[in-house]
Amino acid sequence: MSISIGARQHWMHGITFRPVLVVGLLIVGFWIFVALTIDIWTVYDPLKLVARKLQSPSLQHWLGTDALGRDVLTRTLYGARYSIAISLIVVVCSVVMGSLVGAVAGFFGGWIDSILMRFVDITLSFPPVLLAMAVAASLGPGLQNAAIAVIAVWWPVYARLMRGQVLDVISRDHIEAARAGGASSYRLLTKHILPLSWTPTIISATMDFGQVVLLAASLSFIGLGAQPPSPEWGAMISDGATHFYSWWIAFGPGMAILSLGLGFNFIGDALRDILDPREH
Amino acid sequence: MSGTVPLLQARDLRVTLKNGAELVRGVSFTTQAGKVLGIVGESGSGKSISMRGVMGLSPPGSKISGSIKLHGEELVGAPERRMRQLRGSKIGLVFQDPMTALNPVISVGKLIAEALLLHNPGLSTAKARQRALELLDLVAVPQPEVRANQYVHEFSGGMRQRVMIAMAVANNPEVLIADEPTTALDVTVQAQILEVLKDLQRTFSMGLVLITHDLGVVAGSADDVIVMYAGKIMESGPVGDIFYRTRHPYTRGLLSCLPTIAGGRDRLEPIPGSPPLLSSRPKGCPFHPRCSIARDLCRTEEPLLRPVDNVLTACHFAEELRNQTAGQPIAEAKRV
Repeated sequence: MSISIGARQHWMHGITFRPVLVVGLLIVGFWIFVALTIDIWTVYDPLKLVARKLQSPSLQHWLGTDALGRDVLTRTLYGARYSIAISLIVVVCSVVMGSLVGAVAGFFGGWIDSILMRFVDITLSFPPVLLAMAVAASLGPGLQNAAIAVIAVWWPVYARLMRGQVLDVISRDHIEAARAGGASSYRLLTKHILPLSWTPTIISATMDFGQVVLLAASLSFIGLGAQPPSPEWGAMISDGATHFYSWWIAFGPGMAILSLGLGFNFIGDALRDILDPREH
Repeated sequence: MSGTVPLLQARDLRVTLKNGAELVRGVSFTTQAGKVLGIVGESGSGKSISMRGVMGLSPPGSKISGSIKLHGEELVGAPERRMRQLRGSKIGLVFQDPMTALNPVISVGKLIAEALLLHNPGLSTAKARQRALELLDLVAVPQPEVRANQYVHEFSGGMRQRVMIAMAVANNPEVLIADEPTTALDVTVQAQILEVLKDLQRTFSMGLVLITHDLGVVAGSADDVIVMYAGKIMESGPVGDIFYRTRHPYTRGLLSCLPTIAGGRDRLEPIPGSPPLLSSRPKGCPFHPRCSIARDLCRTEEPLLRPVDNVLTACHFAEELRNQTAGQPIAEAKRV
């Protein structure tokens, strides 16, 4: 119990003195800033042909031009919109859906638990990329369908996580005390169990942002996600792969995926260190 | 209420697990308003389980049978909705371990206010908070205005138990069940907590059910006593009769484990062996393998609870024991 004394000060200390967290926040902050404001200060149009095709990096075109003569840097910066939006939608939807299923399964137990968790087991037994491809292919290409496909493979992880947490919290004395005070099932779940169960989900979700960016880009890379001419990173890399000796076409979006994924992982790692009581 | 309908009456209460094992095997008792009923027994004797049964909180997958009546209203088989209304409003429960039985992420004032709001939907938040402060004052928590904004980890064990009692009595319950309320506390704090409980019980003339394995606590506070062993009642009756003229070898065994201030330096006599496992309860009297006066009859025939003088006892040889122990005050009461 002594851990929790002065927990608030510890929190602040944890945030301010973690260089990894600062770097992560800077990277992700940069991409969010770009995604929100690119329309105002962009030099080129990402969809217009602005120069000769396949130009190597120069002062006019820092990352060169692609096979049609569009500016790679502009397209890369615009790509942040797709990646950030898709990762946000996928993670939020997966967390909500997974947590709901997991919490219900853990709280009610019995046959409800069995049915829900077997379904989760089945979904998790497929390789994620393969399942996402199958779902995306059956829905037809498009960014929206790619998002649905990624959600379909992502939510069971949170269901399992949340169920485990709920099972842990539910066995504590104060839950029974609340029940003995006349609290209904709904009240127990929302007021007493969930507030104590969400921490691992939040950490896991932050770490997953990077992975979702990667998975969504993979779907676009193989042609199941964003369609040309949208400047989506996965689709741009796919484009670059066909022009292997014009390395700059894939370099921009590749570095973008790398940095955004790294940024999310840095934040997730730092959050885990701060929120996990075992680390103290 | 009229004197004819008892406040809380259990008849042949049984709690059975899915696999058929009986945790509580036919327990009957009555509580009156303004009285204290003590339930004693070793760990695993079914005392807590039977009281959770009264609140409809038996372990998952188990079944309650028999009859429990609160003011004549049958609680066994009552719909969950009704039980939820009764829990916390008509029947309050104080848990054993205040370290774990209070929600760590809700401030103490909110915890108590929530208990109030749950059963009084019309109450305003401000009123509930005001009442929560009064309750904290009632259980003698100093500086209620300051303490109400603090969290459980900022409280000492004794103070936490006071908070738990404040929550349990927030809606003026008619029956207060205290499940080993002092076991997790140190001795000096124990006396204070018992005093708070007794005070509240007298002020609001509640029926108090005190579950404990501290015989001194029971001797000092209870009006009636039930002694439980292996899910059954071994002996029940007024506290004086049970403690000073016990008619059951198990009660006598419990009493002789107690140190007394005047008792000199004699060794305490523990009861040999340990309570039977749920899976292998002996035939005949459940206590016979550990009993010093067990005979052939005890190994084959289970003694029924029968009246001997003014107590009920479940021993074939109760009369014999009564003659041996008559007039010897064995237990030393903790007076509060």
